[in-house]
Amino acid sequence: MPQLVSIAGLSVAFSGVPVLRGVDLTLEKGEALGLVGESGSGKSVTWLGALGLLPRHAQVSGSVRLEGREILGASAAELDRVRGGRIAMIFQDPASALNPVLTIRKQLCEALALHRDLQGNAVKAEARRLLDLVGIPDAARRLEAYPHEFSGGQVQRIMIAMALAGNPDLLIADEPTTALDATIQAQILELLSTVRRELGMAMVLISHDLGVVAENCDRVAVMYAGRIVEQAPSNQLFADPVHPYAQGLIGALPPLDGPRRRLVAIPGTVPDPAHMPSGCAFAPRCTLAAEPCGLAAPSLAPIAADRSVACIRAEASRRALLGVAAE
Amino acid sequence: MSPPLVEVSAISRSYAMRSGMFGRSTAVHAVDGVSLTIAKGETLGLVGESGSGKSTTGRIVLGLEPPDKGEVRFQGKPMAAAGTAAWRAQRARMQMIFQDPLGALDRRLPVATQIREPLDIHGLGTPAEREDRVRELLRAVELTPAHGARYPGALSGGQRQRIVLARALATKPDFLVCDEPVSALDVSIQAQVVNLLAGLQAQLGLTLLFISHDLRVVRQISNVVAVMYLGRIVEIGSADDLFARPEHPYTQALVSASPAPGRRSAGRIVLSGDPPNPAARPSGCAFHPRCPRAIARCASEVPALAAVGGNRQVACHLVAGAATRDAA
Repeated sequence: MPQLVSIAGLSVAFSGVPVLRGVDLTLEKGEALGLVGESGSGKSVTWLGALGLLPRHAQVSGSVRLEGREILGASAAELDRVRGGRIAMIFQDPASALNPVLTIRKQLCEALALHRDLQGNAVKAEARRLLDLVGIPDAARRLEAYPHEFSGGQVQRIMIAMALAGNPDLLIADEPTTALDATIQAQILELLSTVRRELGMAMVLISHDLGVVAENCDRVAVMYAGRIVEQAPSNQLFADPVHPYAQGLIGALPPLDGPRRRLVAIPGTVPDPAHMPSGCAFAPRCTLAAEPCGLAAPSLAPIAADRSVACIRAEASRRALLGVAAE
Repeated sequence: MSPPLVEVSAISRSYAMRSGMFGRSTAVHAVDGVSLTIAKGETLGLVGESGSGKSTTGRIVLGLEPPDKGEVRFQGKPMAAAGTAAWRAQRARMQMIFQDPLGALDRRLPVATQIREPLDIHGLGTPAEREDRVRELLRAVELTPAHGARYPGALSGGQRQRIVLARALATKPDFLVCDEPVSALDVSIQAQVVNLLAGLQAQLGLTLLFISHDLRVVRQISNVVAVMYLGRIVEIGSADDLFARPEHPYTQALVSASPAPGRRSAGRIVLSGDPPNPAARPSGCAFHPRCPRAIARCASEVPALAAVGGNRQVACHLVAGAATRDAA
């Protein structure tokens, strides 16, 4: 399969404090990848760093290739073509991403004028088509409305329309439904998967919600403290998580049916990036940690076709899980 | 069954909202005829989307806001009038926990001082006893005295919520209202706080009103769950089977919208339309414009909450039990 994006050894530090510590990630054309992890694990920073969207004081190193071309540290002109044109991004808080004093038409047409060679009436027609595509009823009239006249779910639909304006190959959705109510979240997720299928677009879904990622992605990468700790096809990850942190995340989720049990909470808290433990960052919270865990940080190693995990106790962890299941 | 600690009968609360600077003011019915009982030592979970009136219900139950209609009784007695000595004594028995622990704490006071404050206010114990009580409370929420000396800014989100919990428990309340207490926390920390809350409840015999939009967390901690939509309860039943066999179309959509690892979205009910606006409440059943099964009667007639077997009550014209009851 042709690789659309390949990230290698991506590291980010804010004023000397490392927050992203070597991320390797590849994405195929049309693939949906989920990125899960708790706050501060580096899910968003990975993509902000890759697209050169971080503030100047962030030190970014490594390599980010878009169809083989290096885009990390590329010229502003080249990045302008990539951002919005090849790779588009939507965020958690859609209301703050729109300009409150401009109509939706102005803002959509601005995105279209930047990324497409369209003139005059063609721009307006295209803007209307995009609003139709994302399911805003009465698109022609609603184009003249201001952002405050739309509900939260509709504003997120408009953001998706703007992201689609440049016909991107990859859409990065950073917690796109976190601020929305459950029934509206279901609408937006359905819209994203329809749009993705119709346009053959790849998607990275960043979320702290394991359920959202499981249902909408082919493959999932779990991040912890600035590194990827496990990567697997979604059905396998949730049926048989290997990394103790991935197991912990799934165990901490209360079930919606079946008997209620005491939740398996992960003890402790996420380490402070300025005082990272030596070796595996998860070791201080890990029930399976052994002496060698504190010595060197484990690297992501393949354990099966298209699965990899960064844990030297992976075998023990897998046995522990099977032992629990056998009880 | 033990007698209910809290009885809420048909409370309503509306607010006046003005559209624009010179617009006419319209009444927004935030809570409309809600009745609930919570047995001693049990947890009632209240779920619903934003604008469903779940937080307002919590505030009225706690006496932070007076209801326009209806009444709240605590241990069989009506709530005392706000500001009186009897009210203050009653308020020490009931406490509230909010979603944002940083907003609920004073950033410029060490957290131990803040845990001690309710003891000072209600004049409980000698100063030495208060110090002991603070240490005991810190231990109860699995923190150390060293944490007590810190300022809120130096604690993590989960630790701050533990401090808020310790402070709420300082006066040995019987009743806690928790409004989205774990929504701002990461999954692993959320599980810690939920376990802690469940443990403390069992140990202290606390009664809880647990408000959240997260069905999983609510089910985990509740005995009984009530689902609210636009200010009314649309379904109420035991936590174990409410989400397993939801009867009301809205509850069915909510359960179906709650994503689960290991399950693909096939067969999901996706509701059309926007979340309802409490200022423009639809006629009849408030859910009918979004309901996939609505019939003509739904637009004109408000369904009443009716028992459908077991301890389940549903407010829907289409649910069998409610229909037969109406016909009888």
